[in-house]
Amino acid sequence: MASIAVSRVETGAQAQAYNEDVVRWFTIATVFWGIVGFLVGVVIAFQLAYPVLNLDLEWTTFGRLRPLHTSAVIFAFGGNALMATSLYVVQRTCRVPLFGGPLLAAFLFWGYQLFIVMAALGYVTGVTQGREYAEPEWYVDLWITIVWVVYLVVFFGTLLTRREPHIYVANWFYLAFIVTIAMLHIVNNLALPVSFLGAKSYSLFSGVQDALTQWWYGHNAVGFFLTAGFLGIMYYFVPKQAERPVYSYRLSIIHFWALIFLYIWAGPHHLHFTALPDWAQVLGMTFSLMLWMPSWGGMINGLMTLSGAWDKLRTDPVLRFLVVSVAFYGMSTFEGPLMSIRQVNALSHYTDWTVGHVHSGALGWVAFVSFGAVYYLVPRLWRVQRLYSLKLVEWHFWIATLGIVLYITAMWVSGIMQGLMWRSYDSLGFLQFSFIETVEAMHPFYVIRAFGGVLFLTGALIMAYNLYRTTKGDIRAEEPMPVGAAARLAPAE
Amino acid sequence: MNDLPAFLRELWVVWLFLLFVGIVAWTWWPSRKEKLERHARIPFDDEDRPHAR
Repeated sequence: MASIAVSRVETGAQAQAYNEDVVRWFTIATVFWGIVGFLVGVVIAFQLAYPVLNLDLEWTTFGRLRPLHTSAVIFAFGGNALMATSLYVVQRTCRVPLFGGPLLAAFLFWGYQLFIVMAALGYVTGVTQGREYAEPEWYVDLWITIVWVVYLVVFFGTLLTRREPHIYVANWFYLAFIVTIAMLHIVNNLALPVSFLGAKSYSLFSGVQDALTQWWYGHNAVGFFLTAGFLGIMYYFVPKQAERPVYSYRLSIIHFWALIFLYIWAGPHHLHFTALPDWAQVLGMTFSLMLWMPSWGGMINGLMTLSGAWDKLRTDPVLRFLVVSVAFYGMSTFEGPLMSIRQVNALSHYTDWTVGHVHSGALGWVAFVSFGAVYYLVPRLWRVQRLYSLKLVEWHFWIATLGIVLYITAMWVSGIMQGLMWRSYDSLGFLQFSFIETVEAMHPFYVIRAFGGVLFLTGALIMAYNLYRTTKGDIRAEEPMPVGAAARLAPAE
Repeated sequence: MNDLPAFLRELWVVWLFLLFVGIVAWTWWPSRKEKLERHARIPFDDEDRPHAR
């Protein structure tokens, strides 16, 4: 492995080696934690359909496994994907190796994996702050702060020592993600431990201020972790895989600044009809609605990069992952502002519609763009000719897509039904349904959702096998991708 | 006089909006078109075809 660990870039007389070891480790971790996270998701989906699967053990109840799932997919799968891609992209577009050398990079990798393991152990043993997406207790919060500062130093240091005069736009998104997440994490986790060596702590905030701080954090975890970071992936890997520059570089600049200016204010839409003052709710809703514009501007920029090369979608399943992820980005960023409207939120909030919305973004956008990037990276990082099998990528794509469709349609139906049942009154003004009746009504949709999750997990296992064979240098003998008769007669232009 | 900074702070959304309008104008200024669009080529200036074993 050591002999292939170094790639060289000639800069004048100097030869510089990119640090690709750490990118390889983060890529492996992405696939590993992805499968773990999807698996736990499947387990808790079945728990909702069949409560007996809680096993009557405190460690395996839904309440403890749910944060395990969310943290595993967001911070372990998504986080490792962001670190792998950002450290690859920043070196390639700055044309310098990582700042801080291999030791700092190794610390970043192992420090981040330690954070994941510490957080996960806390969840199953009942150590939690009870703050959504910020569940780890103070000692884990302190550790990840150190690791995150190292990440910032490595990334920012690489930018500062760059040989390319301009900082490519993908790096802007990555940097915004790193800086903003640091700020959100530190403020939201300000807490006082109740004993010197105990795990338990209490938040520095209380009441509605606490709730607003939490959702300022929570929504911007979506906006800067799951959106800005992955847009960095889009702006590098879509052009590379399509082999054409991004549709409009100027639009990407506007996309960046509009997204940064607007996202940070959208959090209050998580607190409609609560003790939060009405003006703050309306402020959150207004900024969420305005987010339509940068989101769709970015989607158009990503999709139009393919203009003149749409035929590649037919023959390149890796590009298809990337492009369909951008389409899902457009879809879920259309749905999100819609759901932030107070009148719509009155129906959708606390129902499965929200869960469906999150997963159209998480599975369709975040996971698909990561799969695309990983399929792009592995043959290059392991210096092999190409992926083991494009047919298997094709299988992965269609199985996962079918899984997403089953998942989100089941949650739409179940969520809207749930919301409507909650607000049904009889002629005397009594609630028409008891809570348990809504739970019973949702059962079939829970089963469909769990099945969708099984398909998504199956796709990821196919990917893991395909990538493993790729790293061995194996190439599966298979027919080239079928090209339609029409395409053979007239190339699509 | 002490009220002036407080008053200006209340108009934060106006200042941010003007800043954003400035960014848009700067970006879409016709004379910058060629220079900015050239940056889109940055990812392609680097040789990274997969090497044969």
